[in-house]
Amino acid sequence: MKRVGVVALNTFREAVRDRVLYNLLFFALVMMAASIIAGQISIGIEQTVIVTLGLSAISLIGLLIAVFIGVGLVSKEMDKRTLYALLAKPVRRWEFLLGKFGGLVLTLAVNTAAMGIGLFLALMYVKSTPEQGDATILVAVYFIWLKLALVVALALLFSCFTTPLLAILFTAGIYIVGLYVQELRNLPMQVMSPGMTAFTKYLSYLMPNFENFNIMSMAAHARPVPGSLIAQNTLYAAVYCSIVLTAAVLVFSRRNLK
Amino acid sequence: MLVAKNKVMSAPAIETENLTKEYPHGFLNLKKRTSLEGLNMQVETGEVFGFIGPNGAGKSTTIKLLMRLIFPTAGSARILGKPISDIEMHRDIGYLPEQPYFYDYLTAAELLDYFARIHDLSAADRKERVQRMLKKVGLETAGKIQLRKYSKGMLQRVGMAQAILHDPKIVILDEPMSGLDPVGRREVRDIILELKHEGKTVMFSTHILSDAEMLCDRVGVIVGGKLRGVGAPEQLVDVKTQGMEILFELAGQSVAPVLAKATRSGDRYRLQVPEAELYGAIEQLRAAGARILSVAPVRATLEELFMNLVEADRAQAAAIEVSGK
Amino acid sequence: MNSAKTIVLVVVILQVGFAGVWKLQHRIDKQRAALSEERDYVLLSSAKLMKTMSLEYAPLMADFYWTRVVQFYGNKHVRGDANLEQLWPLLDITTTLDPNLIVAYRFGAIFLSQRPPGGAGRPDLAVQLIQRGIKANPDFWRLYEDLGFIYYFDLKDYKKAAEAFEEGSKNPHALIWMKVMAAKIAAEGESYETSFFLWNDIYTTTTDPQIKENARLHLLLLKAHEDCRQLDLLADQYEKRFGHRPKRVSELMQAGMLRALPTDPLGFAYVFDDNAKAALNVNSPLLEKQRLLERFK
Repeated sequence: MKRVGVVALNTFREAVRDRVLYNLLFFALVMMAASIIAGQISIGIEQTVIVTLGLSAISLIGLLIAVFIGVGLVSKEMDKRTLYALLAKPVRRWEFLLGKFGGLVLTLAVNTAAMGIGLFLALMYVKSTPEQGDATILVAVYFIWLKLALVVALALLFSCFTTPLLAILFTAGIYIVGLYVQELRNLPMQVMSPGMTAFTKYLSYLMPNFENFNIMSMAAHARPVPGSLIAQNTLYAAVYCSIVLTAAVLVFSRRNLK
Repeated sequence: MLVAKNKVMSAPAIETENLTKEYPHGFLNLKKRTSLEGLNMQVETGEVFGFIGPNGAGKSTTIKLLMRLIFPTAGSARILGKPISDIEMHRDIGYLPEQPYFYDYLTAAELLDYFARIHDLSAADRKERVQRMLKKVGLETAGKIQLRKYSKGMLQRVGMAQAILHDPKIVILDEPMSGLDPVGRREVRDIILELKHEGKTVMFSTHILSDAEMLCDRVGVIVGGKLRGVGAPEQLVDVKTQGMEILFELAGQSVAPVLAKATRSGDRYRLQVPEAELYGAIEQLRAAGARILSVAPVRATLEELFMNLVEADRAQAAAIEVSGK
Repeated sequence: MNSAKTIVLVVVILQVGFAGVWKLQHRIDKQRAALSEERDYVLLSSAKLMKTMSLEYAPLMADFYWTRVVQFYGNKHVRGDANLEQLWPLLDITTTLDPNLIVAYRFGAIFLSQRPPGGAGRPDLAVQLIQRGIKANPDFWRLYEDLGFIYYFDLKDYKKAAEAFEEGSKNPHALIWMKVMAAKIAAEGESYETSFFLWNDIYTTTTDPQIKENARLHLLLLKAHEDCRQLDLLADQYEKRFGHRPKRVSELMQAGMLRALPTDPLGFAYVFDDNAKAALNVNSPLLEKQRLLERFK
């Protein structure tokens, strides 16, 4: 388990040295622009503009990092043969995989937290009177991070058995499907066979549901989020990541390196 | 059970049993290409074992199988008497991959420190070892430079350092000399001899015979995925000299008959003669006023040995194909 | 190798994991349904397609649409053309994209319901919009105020107006006057006090400059309307005393019934028109506004 931490910290160091965190500068520019735009429109929705734009940027930047770096976590090491020397050492493959996952999730935690704090400060700057509900944006940022962890796990899984490009497509595909998976329950059930109906129902509950983590609207309007939802979403992400990582370990442990 | 125990007691350092690796390829992976075929081989404790063969013969495949980077189609292998799937046993192995590449965002010192952490070494121990290893491979001044700025030879040295960093009992090196300049090769040879002196088992692959001859107690020759012979280097390679080579300097013109057979470059000449005619040739040269620089036996190169084996291999394959039709 | 053990472990992890996911998803769905967000929808209308296409960034898209609504409405040229048909679709999409954007409902309630050229003259759509807003934001009691407002001013349905105020007053955060207003409208229907109070409340609580300006104008006209009513009452008394209706407001002053010439909120003296009714001065800018809105005839 200690080796997982060592690998994770090195992965974090890689992200820092590869200047991944430079995206924060970009985010800062977006927030500045948002503050200016919000100031110009100022029709009672400064807060909404700042929060929705900020959260969208946090989510989008995070997704780009999670998908592209997530897919590269293992495939790049296989490609460049950097993991040969490592895997010959007393490291189990699952320890390596978990370490890589942990490292990127740690990177995303730092990145997302920094952006979240930036957004919060921008909001406090624009808003004259802070309310208690403003803390909802911090919950929203936390949910985005949970979502990103799940995306990283998926990217890792796909990169274990297919090419990086396909892995990116699969991950993006699952993500988009995961936003609308609830729509499966609204399909016209009458025209489908019972088997099909049951299948779509199971699918709609078992596919990763990324809409769970979206509380942007609530955050924009400073609505409080019940603690039980925070707990449920945390558990959901943890359980789903475990499932996906188990599958990834299963694939990767049997994989022949080039 | 008892038998197994006895086997452990007298177990060789590395032991493979019918180790086979096939790679599926072609449309829908229906075809199979055999990269290693039924390898049975032992490396004894404390010896330096050379694994020689032309490129693509299966040397790297064997080593990767031992390191569990790839998994065998059939057969098994044991290191230090333990199955290779035993992860704890890897504490006692040092491995240098072929053409090693490491995280290029780290410095050599950071990389070695990272690997030392993986080996669970204490902070003080790590610092001391990293410095010692860098010095050993001649990188003490380059330890603070990111690996992306390293040359191929420097990476090879870093790879050497990480292989012996944790004081392993067995060191497995995949082409340790490739990409190195003469000085680097010399240093690697010194390290291998030092390891041998410390009582470690060393197995390395190479396609350069002179390296193997100079260092190895035994060598295994592998061609076309099959082990063709194991033994002391001089047993394997035909060391009968194929003649003598004389290197000499000669200023001005001369009409000595032996000169007709010599090849000239500047003032220097190189002359190859059968062993029986050596002294006659030297007499002639002395008479002509030449200054003799060196006299050395001409020996079969590993390349020639390989060529013979490869040709035999092809002939056999052709024969099988013909008989099959 | 302990591959059998590994397989059992993997199967257990996957089974327990998916069972957990199944349970959790049901709970999360329940929880979020309780948060009364509009989530279960079918891909039918264009607004919903719009929401689908904006991925998870629907609230952000809503902001852009909202900005367009405001620009659209704020543009005086468009306003003069009474080309307000687009107001409804824009508000529809905005509130579908972001069901919690309260300001869009409130804006829509006022400007959809008002008669042209001040608004789109569609109180029915305004009611629909507000009811949708109430469904998505049941805790926001001021939406009930807006609903009552539309029934009271635009539909003149005092029973429904009273019900709306009554319903809104049940919210624990609702201010006490909601209940008072319900009772008062139920008893009296339209009255100056009620109208003044409602517009004044809008005026003092809104942050939207357009809504505020609209409320201010209505308050001024309401005051002028009330003044005219009082002047007419005086004129009636004058007629009883002198046998004829006054032609000028100054006659009331000469009769000692007024101490000074009364003026509208902008300082223009009231006049009696050809029908001998009190009215705004022709020079007063309020007159134009009044004619435009034709609200107080």
